[in-house]
Amino acid sequence: MGIEPGRLHFSWISSAESTKFVTVATQVTEAVRALGPNTRFIQPPLAEVA
Amino acid sequence: MTSTTAILREIAARLLSSGAVEMVIGFRQGTIPMMNEPCFVRKPDEVGHLVWDSHCGINLANYLTDRKEKIGIVAKGCDSRNVVTHILENKIRREQLVVIGVPCRGMADKRKIAMKCPGEILRVSETATAITAEGEGFSRTFEKADVLQHNCSLCIHRNPVIYDELAGDLVEEQQGVDRYADVRAVEEMTPERRWKYFEDLLAPCIRCYACRNACPLCYCPTCFVDESRPQWVGKGQDPIDVRTFHFLRAYHCAGRCTDCGACERACPVGINMRLFTKKLEKDCRELFDWEAGLSLEARPALDQYRPNDPNDFIR
Ligand code: SF4
Ligand code: SF4
Repeated sequence: MGIEPGRLHFSWISSAESTKFVTVATQVTEAVRALGPNTRFIQPPLAEVA
Repeated sequence: MTSTTAILREIAARLLSSGAVEMVIGFRQGTIPMMNEPCFVRKPDEVGHLVWDSHCGINLANYLTDRKEKIGIVAKGCDSRNVVTHILENKIRREQLVVIGVPCRGMADKRKIAMKCPGEILRVSETATAITAEGEGFSRTFEKADVLQHNCSLCIHRNPVIYDELAGDLVEEQQGVDRYADVRAVEEMTPERRWKYFEDLLAPCIRCYACRNACPLCYCPTCFVDESRPQWVGKGQDPIDVRTFHFLRAYHCAGRCTDCGACERACPVGINMRLFTKKLEKDCRELFDWEAGLSLEARPALDQYRPNDPNDFIR
């Protein structure tokens, strides 16, 4: 689609797996932060369009 | 008149007069050359409208959705696979149908022919291997193989997969076709390059939805693009909305698309949106060993869980 591979993550976490949730959330955040701000699939706010 | 046309008319007349079907769906000559249109024949004395030539690229399975009567449907290879898909998805019952199979030698790409002609084409005629287009002061003959629709040149299921009647001898299937060269080329691009590539590909799109309307898979009573509460996607020409429409449309066809080419054929600006559905077709084939519409017994890829389904992408 043209989105950087590191921006999309899939995980299956049970409600009982709190530590896994923390680990995955941290990893996702770090991976996305490393890529920098997203530039794709962004629409300008309506005020700017008008 | 090609002999297939004669056989089709004979079959249609027989089915209608015996009462085996109430209606036959086929093709008739369009109002302009190379644009045959769907035709619904209800009386035996109307079968003279039916024709068959290299301009029957529309997918007739599109006209079966939720019909209640008994129908004879003319089906080339891809149409028959969409008929199978329709049956699997409970959009029509097998018992309602008499499938009139037409072994197919590929459909002509009207744009390729028009581009090679110096003026407006007023008449076309064809032999088994050549198509002649004529207009004011010109006449051009093309090898049919050179002006096939792209999907037809890559087709490996030319014979109908189900049929009750057959309008001609089965044809030899094309061997050794590399179906996915174009998809691989896109897969190999960097994300930046690919983003740009799709931007260019979709730039001319006017959001007319002809591609959706031509597709037998798109039968939802209200398409997501037409919903306004919630509004999933903007209705204008914003490139992000256009892209969202195209990706979602393609994903809704995942594991169902037969690459019949009706969408690309219908597009007024000539966008090759089949690239998206072909990527999904390729994935289905590689990951789930699935090809759409080949059998009434097998369940579609998205409809079936197997313990060994690939799931490495989930952490
Ligand atoms: S998406 Fe296009 S090629 Fe696929 S079934 Fe629909 S009309 Fe045919
Ligand atoms: S048919 Fe062509 S112009 Fe119309 S919505 Fe589809 S891609 Fe866009």
